[in-house]
Amino acid sequence: MFKFHYKLETKAIALVLAIIGVSSIGGLVEIAPLFTIDQTVEEAPDMRVLTPLELAGRNVYIREGCNACHSQMIRTLRDEVERYGAYSRAVESQYDHPMLWGSKRTGPDLARVGNKYSDAWHAAHLINPRTLVPQSVMPAYPWLARTRLRTDDLPLHLTRLRTLGVPYTDAMIANAAADAAGQATPNTDRAWGVAERYGEATNVRDFDGATGAPTELDALVAYLQMLGRQTSIAEEPAAEGGE
Amino acid sequence: MVSELTTGQRQMALTFLAMLALLGLFVAAFGRADPIGGHGWLVLVFSLLSLFAVLTNYYDPEPAADRSAAYYDAPVKAGIIIAMIWAVIGMFVGAWVAWLLVNPDLTFVEEAWASFGRLRPVHTTAVIFGFGGNALIATSFYVVQRTSRTRLAGHLSPLFVLWGYNLFCLLAVTGYLWGINQSKEYAEPEWYADLWLVIVWVAYFVLYLRTLARRKEPHIYVANWYYLAFILVVAVLHIVNGLALPLSWAQAKSYSLFAGVQDAMTQWWYGHNAVAFFLTAGFLGMMYYYLPKRAERPIFSYRLSIISFWGITFFYMWAGSHHLHYTALPHWVQTLGMTFSVMLLIPSWASAGNALLTLNGAWHKVRDDATLRFMFIAAVFYGLSTFEGSFMAIRSVNALSHYTDWTVGHVHAGALGWVAMITFGAIYASVPWLWKRKTMWSPALVEVHFWLALAGTLIYVFAMWNSGIIQGLMWRTYNESGTLAYSFLESVEAMHPYYIARAVGGSFFLLGALVACYNIWMTIRAPQPAGALQDDHPQERTDPVLEAGR
Repeated sequence: MFKFHYKLETKAIALVLAIIGVSSIGGLVEIAPLFTIDQTVEEAPDMRVLTPLELAGRNVYIREGCNACHSQMIRTLRDEVERYGAYSRAVESQYDHPMLWGSKRTGPDLARVGNKYSDAWHAAHLINPRTLVPQSVMPAYPWLARTRLRTDDLPLHLTRLRTLGVPYTDAMIANAAADAAGQATPNTDRAWGVAERYGEATNVRDFDGATGAPTELDALVAYLQMLGRQTSIAEEPAAEGGE
Repeated sequence: MVSELTTGQRQMALTFLAMLALLGLFVAAFGRADPIGGHGWLVLVFSLLSLFAVLTNYYDPEPAADRSAAYYDAPVKAGIIIAMIWAVIGMFVGAWVAWLLVNPDLTFVEEAWASFGRLRPVHTTAVIFGFGGNALIATSFYVVQRTSRTRLAGHLSPLFVLWGYNLFCLLAVTGYLWGINQSKEYAEPEWYADLWLVIVWVAYFVLYLRTLARRKEPHIYVANWYYLAFILVVAVLHIVNGLALPLSWAQAKSYSLFAGVQDAMTQWWYGHNAVAFFLTAGFLGMMYYYLPKRAERPIFSYRLSIISFWGITFFYMWAGSHHLHYTALPHWVQTLGMTFSVMLLIPSWASAGNALLTLNGAWHKVRDDATLRFMFIAAVFYGLSTFEGSFMAIRSVNALSHYTDWTVGHVHAGALGWVAMITFGAIYASVPWLWKRKTMWSPALVEVHFWLALAGTLIYVFAMWNSGIIQGLMWRTYNESGTLAYSFLESVEAMHPYYIARAVGGSFFLLGALVACYNIWMTIRAPQPAGALQDDHPQERTDPVLEAGR
């Protein structure tokens, strides 16, 4: 074996090919089957897509790096289920490009934070967490309330996600900008459209408590209030004969 | 650096920079409604400044006709200086965000760019890619020439690799501050920065391979195996994990091709192997050259080198799924990841043992020479943190450690104790060699830096071990009535003293890096010693230290 290697290390190209070959095996064995095995992601017929406002809020969440301190993955451990709610199912992030499972809990897990707190609590907490939680080490995000949300390119966002396999309909794409505004202004015609296209369970509220065009704070609160509420699969008893 | 180029090469450089400036202008114009426009301006300014630098030296005398008789060290020197600048930036931001966790109101400015979430990736990118990456590129250029006894295969391409790589780093860190972040950990830059890095990386690979093809030694020295694995595998990881669909050519935002569980697996296959092939393989390449050279003793065992090299190349790629224990990832993948992570201990300790046994017989040098002591401590921390890594990958240990500061402590045991220490050792060894000085300007300051770095690392790591384990225990503690004993907030409060200790440790480490910068600066500025050291050149005999390492 060492004699063979003594020869191998005199040939640069052979060394390169050997490195590629040896290093590829692990990834191929572990990743490729995840795309074909149908047990990887369970079925959830009631799984809904994110509304344009929630999607915009998700992009604010990504932009501000929230995922560096908040996970969105409740593990199958008793204390986590008791603290945060039912453990996370694969299907719940099947439309998440990319996923935001996270790797660190400087703050608590957010996978099921939706509708746990009021909109007003979230808005005040994001503007300055220490007004509500004096011991908090979370940064303050006052500019979110001041920044108008960009909605004109939302149809493009939905179109790109549809290309990647997220089932947005033509009507959703066509009305994306109006729906984003509508979800934050209840009791208007535009608001009814959101419920019609995304389901009655969609939160249609004035998230940031301020009237006028939707802000980034509206979007982020709408996103947080949706977390864990895209499907009811986790509320049902676990499937028979699991591992 | 321009003086190393012929007139033709200078013209090529000018043409290329002009084209890139034009591209920057286009992006700035078409992307003016989007954050990407700012990056157009950045590319434009960066290209124009470089263009200006070439132009001002355009009429310098041409290099001597027979350049191949000497090594090409201009990019190595530049790379080392740039690496130190990134080190200070990255460690400063790191210390800043550490203090923000002590007191979140220390932001001073209530602006978006100054918030923790945007600064944190600046820290990670600046230290890993800015400091680590530049140090790897610079030392790989140095090592491949000496171990192959040949000049780098190209004059423009090494400069392009270094310049282009730093443009990528700049795009990355400025992007985070402007809110451009695709959220993939350690792969935060958006699609266009990723594409640019692919171009740079292919040039790096071709350059490396062409230099090896010119070697005068029949055998490729072990350090180059590691540098090769670093270049190759990082390319594969980067391309696959970065696959994404941009909104449009004039917008920064993109959506990852992968979603949910497949994305999680791809991300941690990338993330863990960025640790493996960027932060481990590359720096092992560094160690396999600088440690035996500095100790003046050949590598202890050639066979151990082979076993550990292929072990690392094979086992590491399976280990990523240990980041996803107890998640929605299928159980069999978690188990595979755990199994291979435990097996990884064998090649890891083989490498660490090989390094330490090389020092056998040179312990008096370790005692007297702080530069060699940096490398020694690096090997010790490499052994410690690979053991810790395998341990934390065990499912039941991970149940406690995951999501806590223990992970942060583990990462920094590796990053400060191993990566930064071996790099400082290599830099302190190279600077006198490159600038033809007998020693560093002040060996005493190297000593000061060593103790600052070691103290900083120990304070940091112990603080995070404590806070991580306390956190993990508090989250899972039940009281007698069978309910959770602590609220999340109580665990946050309990972290406060450790966050202070961590920020102090990190600040020590930053201070050490500043001392290093001063010492390097003074060494470069110091007058050439009488009877200046001769250039080493490719015509020399094979280095006995490296020869015996086979």
